[in-house]
Amino acid sequence: MSFDGSVILAALPAILSGLKVTLGIWVAATALGIALGFVVAAFRHFGPRPLGLALRLAVEVLRGTPFLIQIFLLYFGGPFIGLSLDPVPAGLLGLSLYAAAYFSEIFRAGFLAVPRGHVEAAQCVGLSQAQIVRRILIPEMTMLVLPQCVNMAVILVKETAVLSIIAVPEATAVISALGSQQYAFVESLFLLAVIYWGLVEACGRAGRALETRLSKFRFA
Amino acid sequence: MTVRLFELMLKAAGYTVVISVASIAIGLLIGILVCAAKLSPRPWLRWPASLFVSFFRGVPLLVQLLLIYNLLPAIGIAVPSVVAALIGLSLCTAAYQAENLRGGFLSVPRGLLEAADMAGLSPWQHFRRIRAPIALRLTVPALVNEAILILKASSLISVVGVIELTRTAQNLAASTYEPLLFYSVAGGLYLAINWVVAAGGSLAERALRRGRLA
Repeated sequence: MSFDGSVILAALPAILSGLKVTLGIWVAATALGIALGFVVAAFRHFGPRPLGLALRLAVEVLRGTPFLIQIFLLYFGGPFIGLSLDPVPAGLLGLSLYAAAYFSEIFRAGFLAVPRGHVEAAQCVGLSQAQIVRRILIPEMTMLVLPQCVNMAVILVKETAVLSIIAVPEATAVISALGSQQYAFVESLFLLAVIYWGLVEACGRAGRALETRLSKFRFA
Repeated sequence: MTVRLFELMLKAAGYTVVISVASIAIGLLIGILVCAAKLSPRPWLRWPASLFVSFFRGVPLLVQLLLIYNLLPAIGIAVPSVVAALIGLSLCTAAYQAENLRGGFLSVPRGLLEAADMAGLSPWQHFRRIRAPIALRLTVPALVNEAILILKASSLISVVGVIELTRTAQNLAASTYEPLLFYSVAGGLYLAINWVVAAGGSLAERALRRGRLA
């Protein structure tokens, strides 16, 4: 077994473009997942019961099946129901829906974890329902769910690698293709592992730093 | 979909279950060792264990699988793809299970440990009668959770050529040109297996709650 670093250097532009796709999809899917997850959690918490049950079913299905199967259904099954997507939009949509299911559960638990007394106190001083949501529930919940959200963001970095299977040109696809073209599997896959490792550690550390900084805003 | 094709899917689901159970079991054994090393007072044990956990939790399983699948032949070990897949899944779940176990051991109430010391238990009795049973009981929910995660993650071993549930669905979808049907059936089977695992988990938790101390 030999280790040849020059292969990596020669392909640096391709690697960087792959990395850009990985980061772009990750950030976009996390943001979309948080937004959609919040809407789903809010509808389940405040919405009518039938809608809540339907959303619960959707969340259970997304959380109970492998991400790879979901992506295959969307990418290969989509064209049969008139949804033909290129790899990148399909990957982004799939990852966002997957993320939304998990984020919605985090937010739902967050809504339930806000102490009842705080909501009652707000009602007593005459805050409207909308004010209670905006001034009490959302700020307190944000602080409570921050650690799980960071955790989920870390899981999503790792899930982006799965998108290489439907030929999204992200880091795993680009770098492992490099490995097979140059017959340099070991070098390229080690590089890939180190990139993800660094990304995950950095994200985890940044999350913990954020939690410490924001801890003074915790009321519950 | 004919009955014969459905039987094929069921058989593949069985294979997925076997591989997942094997990985969870091997991962638990390795996880116990890693957890022991991480809780050890000796830095030369603690340090490699931390590195192991950090690496296998920080790198996507797909990349781990590709690495193991390509690395073993490169260093002169030729193994069938299912063995490479099993090694990858086991090492990955071992890292998570080690952390779960460590969490269990660290949340054994101090008062119980002090009481055991006061009662004059030997170090082995202390471990065998107090720490281990309580820590294991605290870890059961996390173990069930991990089993479900590994069951879903095992779909990735289709990439290194193991013909499990996902790969079978892929093959049938390609040959019949009915991806919607076969991926939905595969998804339904994963869902059903997970449901059974989760139900079994809550039964186990209820059984363990009897005589609960912490």
